[in-house]
Amino acid sequence: MYAQMVKSEATQEDPEKLAAFQARIDAGEKIEPKDWMPVGYRKTLIRQIGQHAHSEIVGQLPEGNWITRAPTLERKAILLAKVQDEAGHGLYLYCAAETLGVTRDELTEMLLDGRMKYSSIFNYPTLTWADMGAVGWLVDGAAIMNQVPLQRTSYGPYSRAMIRICKEESFHQRQGFDIMMKMASGTEAQMRMAQNALDRFWYPALMMFGPSDKDSVHSEQSMRWKIKMNTNDELRQKFVDQTVPQAEYLGLTVPDDKLVWNEEKNGYDFSEPDWNEFFDVIQGNGPCNTDRLAARNKAWDDGAWVREGLMAHATKKSAMKVAAE
Amino acid sequence: MTQQRNEWPLWEIFIRGQHGMSHRHVGSLHAADSETAILNARDVYTRRNEGVSIWVVQAQQITASSPSDKGPLYEPSEAKVYRHPSFFDIPKEVGAM
Repeated sequence: MYAQMVKSEATQEDPEKLAAFQARIDAGEKIEPKDWMPVGYRKTLIRQIGQHAHSEIVGQLPEGNWITRAPTLERKAILLAKVQDEAGHGLYLYCAAETLGVTRDELTEMLLDGRMKYSSIFNYPTLTWADMGAVGWLVDGAAIMNQVPLQRTSYGPYSRAMIRICKEESFHQRQGFDIMMKMASGTEAQMRMAQNALDRFWYPALMMFGPSDKDSVHSEQSMRWKIKMNTNDELRQKFVDQTVPQAEYLGLTVPDDKLVWNEEKNGYDFSEPDWNEFFDVIQGNGPCNTDRLAARNKAWDDGAWVREGLMAHATKKSAMKVAAE
Repeated sequence: MTQQRNEWPLWEIFIRGQHGMSHRHVGSLHAADSETAILNARDVYTRRNEGVSIWVVQAQQITASSPSDKGPLYEPSEAKVYRHPSFFDIPKEVGAM
């Protein structure tokens, strides 16, 4: 998902405190920043929320790529608003992570020097305008699958950030599907472009949910803590079941020969993505990893004078105010 | 939380909506001073017309009650059920009250 393969931390603490903490979670209580929590819960959440926040921020890059080249002024304004939303989502999540005792600058630095990850999906290039449709429809669609249940997560600030994000997210998926409808019902060349975008984004979208449950080593503890609400395979299945009929509506073909409806399980059977590719992208070898990190580093470095200038101005003003009093 | 490397301070944001009775906490953000905090809050928390008024307060200025005080802090009010109107039975004949 936006947070993939988040390592959960083992905890060695007072068993009584741990039991009381687990009981609160089982009773559906929210854990708030000042409450006692196991060190592992705190660390895992910082990693998960941080990775989620980084994904929102880096996720602006593949779409920002098309803002200046959107086909109409209306599409341009919509895409601009969508990309601005992603920045907002990143900010809500950074704030939630900060309540756990990490600073914004620490989080940013860990992204910039590669110590923290972001979702594998944003290491794929957006080659045509149809990719803006595919990203909104598939990538935001997959994100919603994960984020809707996370509204019920046990950590209060994370849950509240998710509620805000979910309210805004369906605009994103709909604008993507709207682009796809236009392309798929357009000229033959537009139709080909739409099909090509689906071909390229289908498997990377399936990878967003993370490795198969049998290979997912960190799920169990996170699910007990209610910071992960569903298994990777559950969400992937749900995504496929929801998306295939939408592709059919568009008249597009999902690039999977083995895709077939399974009456018995009341869902589709489908091919797994290439997990070697997934691990390779996570390791930093995807088509755009270098570009994405370079762009974030450049933005951070180029913005240094603004951050420092505004801070210097604020310090000077407050000194003048004190002197006047 | 320490202010590292001259990081912009953290501000808590409160917004009153169109039909809201009072300001509500919506989240937090970083800004160099209160004026830029308001501008940032506009961009981050009112992109969909959520508010007609914004308050910003530096997070370090807020004193909050501690969760461990929950018992002693609120116990006095738990013992006073007669504060709620439903404590008193008013006969039906009396009508609405």
